[in-house]
Amino acid sequence: MREVAMVAAGMTRFGELWELSLRDLFVEAAAEALRTAGVEQVDSIFVGNMSGGQFVGQEHLGPLMADQLGLAGVAATRVESACASGGAALRIGFMAVASGMADIVIAAGVEKMTDGADVTEVLATAADQETEVYHGVTFPGLYAMIARAHMESHGTTEEDMAWVAVKNHKHGALNPKAQFRREVTIDEVMASSMVAEPLRLLHCSPVSDGAAAVVLCPLDQAHRYTDKPIKIIGSGMATAPMALASRKDPAFLDAVASAATRAYAMAGISAQDVQVAEVHDCFSIAEICCVEALGFVPRGQGAKAAVSGCTALGGQVPINTSGGLKSKGHPVGATGIAQAIEIFDQLRGEAGERQVDGARLGLTQNMGGSGASSVVHIFEGV
Amino acid sequence: MPSPRYWREKQSRFRLEAVRCRDCKHVTFPPRSICPSCRSTALDSMRLSRQGKVVTSTVIHVPPGDFLMQAPYAMAVVETPEGARLMVQVVDCDPTSVQPGTQVSLEFRLIRREGHSGILCYGHKGVPVA
Repeated sequence: MREVAMVAAGMTRFGELWELSLRDLFVEAAAEALRTAGVEQVDSIFVGNMSGGQFVGQEHLGPLMADQLGLAGVAATRVESACASGGAALRIGFMAVASGMADIVIAAGVEKMTDGADVTEVLATAADQETEVYHGVTFPGLYAMIARAHMESHGTTEEDMAWVAVKNHKHGALNPKAQFRREVTIDEVMASSMVAEPLRLLHCSPVSDGAAAVVLCPLDQAHRYTDKPIKIIGSGMATAPMALASRKDPAFLDAVASAATRAYAMAGISAQDVQVAEVHDCFSIAEICCVEALGFVPRGQGAKAAVSGCTALGGQVPINTSGGLKSKGHPVGATGIAQAIEIFDQLRGEAGERQVDGARLGLTQNMGGSGASSVVHIFEGV
Repeated sequence: MPSPRYWREKQSRFRLEAVRCRDCKHVTFPPRSICPSCRSTALDSMRLSRQGKVVTSTVIHVPPGDFLMQAPYAMAVVETPEGARLMVQVVDCDPTSVQPGTQVSLEFRLIRREGHSGILCYGHKGVPVA
């Protein structure tokens, strides 16, 4: 396998971007990445996207986006794993370069969620239609059941979960690309309206539009495009039973743990070596479960990580310095790539007010559905 | 959802049919052709008893369109004595009273009306046992 580097990134701001269409979003992010790298020719494009078909009635995104970029002719395809589509696109792009099948790859993600589709129903298609959605469950409902199981098994409280939102909004307030550039207080979170007990509105990531793109190439060619390449040293993906009812412990995310184990093994590192991470906080409880599954804290002890400041900027392992899905926004297909871009900036020392001093090893963890799929990547500054 | 889909699913949905693995005894609901626990294909059809215990639960306040008139309603993962787990609504009670450990009976009920004049969709719901 060849060593693979990320050499350039492009990203729209995240939010309700009424003036931009699905294709506009993609082109803005991907063109910025190509321009930054000074790349003219591309071998392959992978477009992470959960559901262009349902959100805006558009499928077949590979050729559409290649064409819109002025690159009709290039090999291009859509990659889907629900909300982990971006992470999956990055992984496929990594594999294409590592294998020698391609030299220059665009790995991108895009989602247009605000064009009028019923977002709750579209997102629910990432759950099991026949055994879960049929009976009236929603995505917040599934994570609410994960939360209640975690509270039951480990004594986690609603306030513990609220601290995750407070922390991520504090980070996001420093991010010019974030949908909600403002802090929230613990009282505001605890007083926000109920969505699915015990999860309130401010425990949930928002509905967002956005796109993100990175350019990958073999490490030994990276100097042509940048003097600060970032190596991808580990990539792991795993699945778990689709339905929450089929999982032995609904409070533990097995797919995240397995994906992390594979990524750590490939990178030759352990969780304790990671200095900054972006994890999939689609709901506050998800970050709590993910820090456990990734091995940052022992199983069952994720609740106190945000409360204690351990995962805040300045803490032991800062998590979601971008603001996370909660504050930065969650255009589902774009999220996995946006996470990689935050780590790219961190490891290059270009994260501004959010910079984690001296960060050299970073991790991203992207997740689909109620945790049925997860992708983990590990990055190293060169 | 097209109607053949309801027809295909009637055994599990209306009769609570599951399968038990002849090799590892794992009970799977709804039925599959490969055991998710040991990958055996020696599976015997069985009926689940119409009762169970709540493993975890929630109260949905922001529902999907078809369930608008029912909110807020409780949903739970329920485990039957045979070890099968199902996602069901829990009704005929204060939804906030449905918590891990709550015992329910599984009763045949109307689940939803599809669209404005669509077909009636049936299945099972939990009802707390006093």
